[in-house]
Amino acid sequence: MSVSSSIVRVSKVTKTFQLGKIEVQALKGVDLEIESGKYISIMGPSGSGKSTLFNMIGGLDKPTTGKVFIDEVDIAQLDAYELAWLRCRKIGYIFQTFNIIQVMTALENVTLPMIFAGIPNETAIEKGMELMNLVGLGDRFSHKPFELSGGQQQRVAIARALANDPAIILADEPTGNLDLTTGEEIISLLKHLSAERGVTIISATHDFKMLNVSDQVIWIRDGRIDKIEDREELSISIGTIDTR
Amino acid sequence: MLADQQDRSPLGHIERQVVLPFRKSLEIAFKSIRVRFVRSMITTLSLVLAVAFLCYTNVTIDVVNGLLATGNADVRQQVTRSGYDVQATGDQVENTPKQRWIVFLSLLVCVVGIVNAQLMSVTERFREIGTMKCLGALDRFILRLFLLEAGMQGMVGAGLGALLGALFAITSGVIQYGIPAITSVVWVDMLGSMGLATGVGCLLSLAGVLYPAMMAARMQPVEAMRVEQ
Repeated sequence: MSVSSSIVRVSKVTKTFQLGKIEVQALKGVDLEIESGKYISIMGPSGSGKSTLFNMIGGLDKPTTGKVFIDEVDIAQLDAYELAWLRCRKIGYIFQTFNIIQVMTALENVTLPMIFAGIPNETAIEKGMELMNLVGLGDRFSHKPFELSGGQQQRVAIARALANDPAIILADEPTGNLDLTTGEEIISLLKHLSAERGVTIISATHDFKMLNVSDQVIWIRDGRIDKIEDREELSISIGTIDTR
Repeated sequence: MLADQQDRSPLGHIERQVVLPFRKSLEIAFKSIRVRFVRSMITTLSLVLAVAFLCYTNVTIDVVNGLLATGNADVRQQVTRSGYDVQATGDQVENTPKQRWIVFLSLLVCVVGIVNAQLMSVTERFREIGTMKCLGALDRFILRLFLLEAGMQGMVGAGLGALLGALFAITSGVIQYGIPAITSVVWVDMLGSMGLATGVGCLLSLAGVLYPAMMAARMQPVEAMRVEQ
């Protein structure tokens, strides 16, 4: 196992939630290594622990036991500043519900992470426009989120996730709230970005359209990794999905 | 322990690497108020009323003191007749304890109203706060945004309230005692009362937002994102 190329390493992670008096174990010991520059899909039915694992990788939640390393840094060791720095510079987030900040224009949304990163305003706006053009929304930069369609909002979110040139983009069901064609557009945009910029894309999804573009698919079931399939193996198993 | 330090070394001066310039926070806070104008107005309205009441009672006293300072016996009698306790030797009146108590209560009610409104506004903005945190915002950015918003609301609301209160106090003075009420008032005293009322209003606004803002700032992003909207 080559340490240098793995950007995310998950080691013996378990997570237990306290729901009232009942303890629910969402993750029951997950080991995982994600290579840099790959397009990874985490697949699994709802309640399988998919989102929990996803939040762990993104540093949004801490594991009960076990460790999560991003770039070989144990994120449990980080304090609030370092976590903020990690979220700001290393990771870009894309959400199912887009989560564009409603009170800001599209361009302001894209420049916000750069402002946090201490980039001067003019540079941030210049780069923001570049990113808006990249996602195909160059002419709608001054629009407020409610003036944009779902697909356009998700494009703004992608531009925002790319703002500080992160090493990882985490996409939580990026196509969950979009119709079929828009979803496909978003997927191909993500794939294009991954190929062109060498960004590692990790997406939690149950959208089978995602399988076609993934380099690797991680199947989660009942809080454990069911199987990990590479692209080559995948083309065989797609047949079984279609027949379902 | 050693590994720990090694891990930390590349992230040495994190504190300086995640920033939100003051001007930008001011801009965001201002926009947030503008976008939620009606809600902000309702939050501010209770402040306007309470400050107006505080300013009204204080300026009324200023007006009466101004009248007494003229030394006119007729006016003095008029003032006594309208219920002020003018001491035989002195030529000053002040608020009765009962009046002060009522003003205090109104301010208290106002703070409770502000806390309530701000808690609502924080709940409404869970997702926005969570998103900002995911983008790398520190706790104190969130705190600062809320405090700035409250500060702006406080200044506008309290300023407006002080103006309204003073206006009412002078009008009612003129109605009660005639034109001398306006000519004999000591403007410095009156401006002092208005300034005090404005200051108290700003403080109340900030005090009211403190708890909700702290709650918002401490929230974990994953909790914030979990909220259905």
